[in-house]
Amino acid sequence: MTAFFTSYGMDYGWAWFLSTIIGILVIALPLMLAVAMIIYADRKIWAAMALRRGPNVVGPFGLLQSFADGLKVFLQETIVPTAANKGLFLLAPIITFTVALIVWAVVPFGVGVVLADINVGLLYVLAASSLGVYGIILAGWSSNSKYPFFSAIRAAAQMVSYEVAIGFILISVVLWSGSFNLSDIVNAQRAIYPWLPVNGFIFNPLLFPMAIMFFISSLAETQRAPFDLTEAESELVAGYQTEYSSMSFALFWLGEYANVILMCALNAILFWGGYLPPFDWAPLYLVPGIIWLFAKMLFFFFLFSWVKATVPRYRYDQLMRLGWKVFLPVSLFWVFLVSGFLMLTRVGTECDASERVYLKQYGTATALYQAQRPVYPTDGVCRDKVLSEKRP
Amino acid sequence: MIQAIAFYLFAIMVIVSGALTITSRNPVHAVLWLILAFFNAAGLMVLVGAEFIAMLLVIVYVGAVAVLFLFVVMMLNVDFAELRAGFARYAAIGLALAIALAAEVMIAFGAWSAGGIQLARRAAPIDPGVSNIAAIGQLLYTRYLFVFEGAGLVLLVAMIGAIVLTHRERGGVRGQNVARQIARRPQDATRNTQPVVGQGIDL
Repeated sequence: MTAFFTSYGMDYGWAWFLSTIIGILVIALPLMLAVAMIIYADRKIWAAMALRRGPNVVGPFGLLQSFADGLKVFLQETIVPTAANKGLFLLAPIITFTVALIVWAVVPFGVGVVLADINVGLLYVLAASSLGVYGIILAGWSSNSKYPFFSAIRAAAQMVSYEVAIGFILISVVLWSGSFNLSDIVNAQRAIYPWLPVNGFIFNPLLFPMAIMFFISSLAETQRAPFDLTEAESELVAGYQTEYSSMSFALFWLGEYANVILMCALNAILFWGGYLPPFDWAPLYLVPGIIWLFAKMLFFFFLFSWVKATVPRYRYDQLMRLGWKVFLPVSLFWVFLVSGFLMLTRVGTECDASERVYLKQYGTATALYQAQRPVYPTDGVCRDKVLSEKRP
Repeated sequence: MIQAIAFYLFAIMVIVSGALTITSRNPVHAVLWLILAFFNAAGLMVLVGAEFIAMLLVIVYVGAVAVLFLFVVMMLNVDFAELRAGFARYAAIGLALAIALAAEVMIAFGAWSAGGIQLARRAAPIDPGVSNIAAIGQLLYTRYLFVFEGAGLVLLVAMIGAIVLTHRERGGVRGQNVARQIARRPQDATRNTQPVVGQGIDL
């Protein structure tokens, strides 16, 4: 799109700026609409599992229920508790909402359709998702109320614990695909076997358990049932959002569901091939990639709703045990397994041992290059990869 | 132009939020200013093209360390007025430390600008086509492997040490043995009897 604006004689910097702003709007506005519809879908699925009708009054089939709710909270009065820490109380929902939105910058919707194609994409996702906890902690603390505070403490411990396991799971995906860039990760899932035309790490027996663990961890990370202890209504009223009303409450709501959709997208991208069709078969590529991605996201959202409707809530110590005593050791072991397998099969096979050098060995002040043979045959990188321009 | 604006924005924000960290009265506010300082430091890292370090800074410091700070500060309810009471007593030590640190910074900067020491190359040139992460990984896992592993070992020892020092065995705590709970069958736990009317059963 930058090229489109520069073709009208615009300065490159301004064209880039304008196209980025447009890109942000193109992602964020449909996302808000998607959140409204996904809340409706959540309630409908939940109702269907409980043999109820769900929202069916506002609009055809109750489709406009979320918008009616949105209008309702918009017209409510914003109540700030007297003893609350006002600045932080109002800042907390904004943090939650913003953090839920910024991650979408690196999500690839199709081949090359991504707002920021940075090479540390996955780290960016991890960094931004680790920020999500601040909104909740601050909300709980600044409300100056018992239940929100308990909820904030729970949320902090829960999100930090599950991030460790998620980190290891992501590491094994990164090892396999050889990149932190989300588009590269998706492309690495294309036709993973020469003899079986499937797209997606989910079909890889070594990564399959990681996919299951990532799904469960993403439930815990977004505080969905059965790990919704931060807003367990039977013990903590509404958790950290007890004291919130009006738009600040709505921001929590939107942020929470935006995070859920994001986790669905991450599940799809990391393990199910993202915008690739599930099978590496030419006619399937005629369907636009974004449709495959949305189909996978909807599938995962259905799983999220299904779990919410059917699985009873965990106890807090069970939650911690699952995170620290089950997921952490298993994912750590699996990282060893995956890296060992890759060492055995992939590393050091691109070129002969005699062609391998260390990445950089600049020797003397006269800038003479000294290539040094690595000690082990699989160390270093291939000579032709490194020395393209620097050879004196 | 935009780089200069961004640099001054981030640099000023780092300094301001650093100053507010140590001057704010509320400990929670202090931690939040510290987080803002971390953030802007990450922004500076992005500006110099070290995006990997920037992301690590956000993940490790903002995402984990600062959360624990906030956690502790909220839970402990530190009374800063009480801490301030000892200000005059420790002022001399603090001043000495500040002077020592300032002197060290000046000496380091002087030595660097004099160019007397050539311990290592000033800049590590990176080949085109090799991303930062790949370059760091290649160096860390080949040339500096033992230093890297040594650092990891130190951290591991520190972690185990902290656990050993703070862990205490409390008797009489009823832990949950999940495997035993799952293995338990109805016939092990219950007994069906047909007592004669008026007799009851022996337990």
